[in-house]
Amino acid sequence: MKYILMMNTMKAGHGVPEWPQKDLQAHVAYMKSLHKELSDSGELVSAEGLSFPDQARLVRAGKDAAPITDGVFPEGKEFLAGFWIVDVETPERAYAVAAKASAAPGPGGAPLNMPIEVRPVMSGPPPEML
Amino acid sequence: MTARHGEETAFDHLLRELAPHVLGAVMRRFRDFAAAEDAVQEALLAAALQWPLEGAPGNPLGWLIQVASRRMLDRIRSESARRNRESEVALEAATAAGSPAAGAAPEQDDTLLLLFMCCHPSLTPASAIALTLRAVGGLTTLEIARAFLVPEATMAQRISRAKQTIKSSGIPFQMPDSGERAHRLLSVLHVLYLIFNEGYTSSGGSGLVRDDLSNEAIRLARIVHRLQPDDTEAAGLLALMLLTDARRQARTDAGGELIPLADQNRELWDQQQIAEGVALLSATLPKGAVGPYQLQAAIAAVHDEAARSADTDWPQILALYDLLKRMSGNPMAALNHAIAAAMVHGPQKGLALLDGLAADPRLSSHYRLDAVRAHLLEMAGDRAGAVRHYRAAAAGTANLPERNYLTMRAARLSSGSG
Repeated sequence: MKYILMMNTMKAGHGVPEWPQKDLQAHVAYMKSLHKELSDSGELVSAEGLSFPDQARLVRAGKDAAPITDGVFPEGKEFLAGFWIVDVETPERAYAVAAKASAAPGPGGAPLNMPIEVRPVMSGPPPEML
Repeated sequence: MTARHGEETAFDHLLRELAPHVLGAVMRRFRDFAAAEDAVQEALLAAALQWPLEGAPGNPLGWLIQVASRRMLDRIRSESARRNRESEVALEAATAAGSPAAGAAPEQDDTLLLLFMCCHPSLTPASAIALTLRAVGGLTTLEIARAFLVPEATMAQRISRAKQTIKSSGIPFQMPDSGERAHRLLSVLHVLYLIFNEGYTSSGGSGLVRDDLSNEAIRLARIVHRLQPDDTEAAGLLALMLLTDARRQARTDAGGELIPLADQNRELWDQQQIAEGVALLSATLPKGAVGPYQLQAAIAAVHDEAARSADTDWPQILALYDLLKRMSGNPMAALNHAIAAAMVHGPQKGLALLDGLAADPRLSSHYRLDAVRAHLLEMAGDRAGAVRHYRAAAAGTANLPERNYLTMRAARLSSGSG
């Protein structure tokens, strides 16, 4: 069963975190080791990090389907920072991976405990034949 | 299921037939399952590249065993070089252990032994499926990865971990004793059932690739049935697959949307496959040891034998589900039993049975309970109730074609055209 784990943690107007180098390194190392763990266990389907919110544009089709873009977002709006798609045996395992990502270290090495949204991907078990 | 998406050549077919025999022979000589399995994959790959250009060798099995054995020896050689030539003696012994083709005699037992290993209960279902498809089915890691919509590296890792599990749990390459054998055979049948089911429903990806999983499950079930002709459940599983797969062309429309049994164009059903399944089942049921696969096959046969949906022998299906429900304790059997009861005795009877099932914690929050209730409410003429439960079921499934079907059904009823 596949799940998407979404890190909805970036606030509009925020860019590169201004943490001490040591803390940034610890954070990056933690995320890399999580990636390796999921690769080694044969559970990783894909993982992507997204650009900072200042690159985000909201697009709608206007007249003649011409694109209309908005680029200034209200402070406090949360953005997707990145996601993992994992293929795991149980929902509990997906939650455990999400908790691990959530506990990535932030400034001073303390766990960030960021919220990770976990949702089944529509590729679920086929209806049983019975 | 080749890199050319289903255009299976005669060589592919031959290689996959031979794969478990090669692996069995190499295993008996070298004992190391993980390494032998890798060596056999390399030999199969070499053959797939070489044979179409140069023609198949006179003794294809001997050729493959020889190439795989050479890879094993190379591996042992490089490992022993690393260990300061300590194991040179072991290498001499392995090299001297007869000509490679000499190991090809008891081929049939090898396939069964390999299935017992690959479907060992210590493996998770996903691992057992992947390992079975590679080691016994002779599929490449890339082909398996495509069928399950995961990257090749992920599938490779899953297979390698499965082999590690087998190694560390010390599962021997030998026939389990008679007491354990029946139980282990059930694990094998279950894994084949899961492979079939995965391919039968187009839950994602290219339909063609996934259809091939069903074909592969049928091929492996045929092998198991040939090796264990007296096992009635092995025969029952093969019959179930044939009788279910016979409806494949009719169960989705051109856009890939699900068509329920009652609305299928029965002219599209594969009559030859139905005849084969029915004949197999008819030869098996009188043997007496009736199990869940045979019962499911019997139910599929009753459906298949109805020329029109209205001709379906529901009392017969109800009796079979009644047996299945008592035998398996599977909540899905109980749900289908309620549908059959509704078809025989009217929707109120089915709905009353569902009320009893809602207490089962395995079902109470399961979307299938809502789907069945919606169906029975629709039969009873309660449109609003049916719409509500179709929508609840649609919200609960993680299978896209099924969600589309349930959503459509609700929309049709609420717009009044159903």
